Amino acid sequence: MKIIVCIKQVPDTSEVRINPETNTLIRDGVPSIINPYDMHAVEAALWIKDTLGADLTVLTMGPPQAETALRETIAMGADNAVLLTDRAFAGSDTWATAHTLAAAVKFIGADIIICGKQAIDGDTAQVGPAIAEFLDIPHISYVSMIVSVSTDSITVRRLMDEGYDVVEATPPILLTVVKELNQPRMASLKGKIRAKKIEIRKLTHNDLSLDDKDLGLKGSPTQVKNIFAPEQKKDRIVIAGSAQDQADELISILRAIKCI
Amino acid sequence: MDYFLNEDQQMIRDTARQIAQEKIVPVRAELDEKELFPTEIIKVLAQSDMFGLFIPEEYGGLGKGAFELCLAVEELSRACLGVSTSYAANALGTYPILLFGTEEQKKKYLPDIASGKKLVAFGLTEANAGSDAAGIQTTATKSGTEYILNGTKQWITNGGEADIYTIIAMTDKSRGARGASALIVDKGTPGFSFGKKEKKMGIRASTTCELVFDDGHVPKDNILGRDGMGFIVAMKTLDQSRTGVGAQGVGVAQGAFEEAVNFARTRIQFDKPIISFQAIQHMLADMAIQIEAARALVYSAARYVDSGAKDFTKVSAMAKTFATDVGMKVTTDALQVMGGSGYMRDYPLEKMMRDAKILQIYEGTNQIQRNVICQHLIKEFSRNR
Ligand SMILES: Cc1cc2nc3c(=O)[nH]c(=O)nc-3n(C[C@H](O)[C@H](O)[C@H](O)COP(=O)(O)OP(=O)(O)OC[C@H]3O[C@@H](n4cnc5c(N)ncnc54)[C@H](O)[C@@H]3O)c2cc1C
Ligand SMILES: Cc1cc2nc3c(=O)[nH]c(=O)nc-3n(C[C@H](O)[C@H](O)[C@H](O)COP(=O)(O)OP(=O)(O)OC[C@H]3O[C@@H](n4cnc5c(N)ncnc54)[C@H](O)[C@@H]3O)c2cc1C
Repeated sequence: MKIIVCIKQVPDTSEVRINPETNTLIRDGVPSIINPYDMHAVEAALWIKDTLGADLTVLTMGPPQAETALRETIAMGADNAVLLTDRAFAGSDTWATAHTLAAAVKFIGADIIICGKQAIDGDTAQVGPAIAEFLDIPHISYVSMIVSVSTDSITVRRLMDEGYDVVEATPPILLTVVKELNQPRMASLKGKIRAKKIEIRKLTHNDLSLDDKDLGLKGSPTQVKNIFAPEQKKDRIVIAGSAQDQADELISILRAIKCI
Repeated sequence: MDYFLNEDQQMIRDTARQIAQEKIVPVRAELDEKELFPTEIIKVLAQSDMFGLFIPEEYGGLGKGAFELCLAVEELSRACLGVSTSYAANALGTYPILLFGTEEQKKKYLPDIASGKKLVAFGLTEANAGSDAAGIQTTATKSGTEYILNGTKQWITNGGEADIYTIIAMTDKSRGARGASALIVDKGTPGFSFGKKEKKMGIRASTTCELVFDDGHVPKDNILGRDGMGFIVAMKTLDQSRTGVGAQGVGVAQGAFEEAVNFARTRIQFDKPIISFQAIQHMLADMAIQIEAARALVYSAARYVDSGAKDFTKVSAMAKTFATDVGMKVTTDALQVMGGSGYMRDYPLEKMMRDAKILQIYEGTNQIQRNVICQHLIKEFSRNR
């Protein structure tokens, strides 16, 4: 069994601020973390590895600094790590990101691919399912529990608004996972020692025989015209009290402003 | 103070600190109140390779020594002595195998201990043999390919929870102290059961239990060292592990001290934070001095043990005695700094103070340690004459 987990290094959003003049993220001095959902993806893969035995490769596309994120997953117990890093990848939108990651997955080979539900910076939740489409394999999103797994079948719960679906699939399959799935483990001492020494494999578009026109900014149909921070509304009223009091108060406010 | 830790040592300390902060601090009051063995924390320690710290790499460990074990124990103790006792007693039970085991015994037992799959306990003390360990009455009688064990061990840390027990028993009563032997006894051995579980003043997240042998059948191959080496095994084991008890003293003192300083900075009386009163300042300064002195002694002793020296009995007794006396003194003073708040269970201080007391008692009382230290002094001075 071969598993690939796709992780994204993201700015720690609890620390992120936006420059109101340029409307861009202030990334300076903001620590980078592994996208929290992806930590659950790594744990899921390690759990499968513990139960069935598997070879786990963690994959990321990003700048050279993303190596730190990969080493963290080695410390948790991943076997290998691959960094897709190349100037040609810069400026990728979700289409180009998924296209590139899919090519890398094909290159490495995997029975199960696990992604986070979404990245906490981009937030589109598109990359996981899009990788599956490029690979022409099925995917199951919002996985909240792995009910059972064997070399030729996996059964999971899929978190829905009300309750859950139970879905069974045959690998190759791609999963995207939610936080309810598990509790990511701490890195072990042996893992940390290994993480310090391991050589991280680096791949460029040449290794993947990808066409320039499908990559990075050139290959991205999305064009970001403007990024802006939503205006802070200050004139908010919080109505407190019992349900009855709150309803009465709300009605009187709505009447006062002639809404009703 | 910089103790010039290398990269691995810093990593070990940081990992233990993270486990203490994230996994122990949030549950320590509940573990204490309900007297619960910290099964979940033990699992985290196992998964983090903490149980393999001092076990050679060839048996699945990290191949580190007493010093690295002290760093880990200190951090765990800063959060909870109950948890750190469960952890440290595991090392105490393992040293007899590490120091005296045959290649087969090491291969059989150490990998599971290193991975944390199996816990270990050390059984020496009996009702009539505390400080006077030579008074043990449990017997191990040879019969064919087995030893038959009879007797009761009391106050054994990890008793009931551990899978492996290193037991000191008399194989030849007529030879006195030279008639004791050390045996490895597996949980589930016929004739081996658990008796009374103690209700304790402190370290309640650690289990203390009776081991009952009623015709316990132990294979002859489970002897550690040779027949009659039991007390040598026990004494060498305790010499080796005592720096760890010292580290417990440093850790609990550090934890209590931090609580006291933070409290003193924010508690206002007479319109001022109490830390502005000289009486409080001097108490805090004394605590800081004692902790640093204890840490320096424990670290030096542990590094001496790891240097391959043979004569570390005195220095490890000194480290244990001084650092655990500091643990008791600092927790007591820290509680005093916090006044009534310190006495309430809303703060961790009352627990820390209750917990600290055991350090002056187990692994040889601090009175016995002083006896040992002075016996060495007498020898050294008569040799130099
Ligand atoms: C401030 C900002 C500016 C941006 N500017 C541009 C721009 O100028 N042009 C443009 O085209 N796009 C831009 N983007 C979009 C950016 O390219 C996307 O963030 C990226 O494609 C990933 O999509 P996502 O973050 O929505 O991930 P999601 O689809 O939400 O991520 C789901 C999962 O996919 C996997 N995954 C996602 N990304 C990676 C990766 N790199 N490596 C490995 N696994 C991954 C992870 O498992 C993750 O949990 C911008 C985004 C931000 C936040
Ligand atoms: C919580 C707990 C956990 C323990 N865990 C273990 C364990 O895992 N394995 C194990 O084998 N044992 C364990 N013990 C036993 C522990 O090591 C003994 O309690 C200790 O050695 C002291 O023995 P005692 O309590 O019988 O005290 P005693 O020997 O009865 O001593 C009573 C008092 O007399 C003093 N005293 C005795 N002899 C002298 C002397 N010659 N000179 C001066 N003063 C003296 C002592 O210092 C003490 O103050 C544990 C004990 C406790 C309380």
